[in-house]
Amino acid sequence: MPMSNAAHPTPFHPKWYRRRVSVWWWLESWRYAKFVLRELTSLAVAFFAGLALWKIRAIAAGPEAYARFLERMQSPLFLLLNGVAFLFVLYHAITWFNLAPKAMTIRVRGARVPDWAIQAGNYLAWLVVSAVAVWVLRRG
Amino acid sequence: MRRGLAPLLWTLFSAGGTLAAFLYPIHLFLTGLAFPLGWLDPPRHEFALSLLRHPFTRLYFFALISLPLFHWAHRFRYTLYDGLMLKHLTIPIVIFCYGTALAGSLAAAYTLWTLP
Repeated sequence: MPMSNAAHPTPFHPKWYRRRVSVWWWLESWRYAKFVLRELTSLAVAFFAGLALWKIRAIAAGPEAYARFLERMQSPLFLLLNGVAFLFVLYHAITWFNLAPKAMTIRVRGARVPDWAIQAGNYLAWLVVSAVAVWVLRRG
Repeated sequence: MRRGLAPLLWTLFSAGGTLAAFLYPIHLFLTGLAFPLGWLDPPRHEFALSLLRHPFTRLYFFALISLPLFHWAHRFRYTLYDGLMLKHLTIPIVIFCYGTALAGSLAAAYTLWTLP
């Protein structure tokens, strides 16, 4: 059928040509791959939320359940999963902090705080928070 | 999805992402690698339980589990839309993602509320 720009309602809408996009479109370039890797960090986040839930339930259930939990963490499967998930949550943290200046602009006496200062503040806070977490858990 | 919920979901995504960025690497490193590989000694059960009983710690662990789950739900929903091009499955995806986050949050709340 001849195509025209005039909008006529027709009972049979013409099918425009569309390029089929593969599910693997994001492997075409490093930029796309980095974007998809960042999006996939959410799976590692959900994985650790589940692990944390499992751990507090084991602690609540008693010393034997807690010991079993610690033992399960030593299995090769969990060491592998935890290692991979750790790399992904690190990637999440780094991309999150690097984007922080875009998410919030901070002004001090009318002047905009430069991006690097906001990022540096985030990384510094990250170090302090991590050190505190280690310190609290090591007291036992 | 009603438009009225969008700002709330966005806020949960953002809060959960921030919490996960600051706290997940160290917790995952300790629980998942340093303790099992013997680099550091894990806390004894008695200490872990007494720490968990403190009201501040209960709140901390509830937030540590719940908010990042909502972060996952929101981000993964769009990963499924864009990555796997599943836009036509909106309703099941929304129910699965936010439903899982809600279920995980309720389980965490129940466990922390009923600690021995």
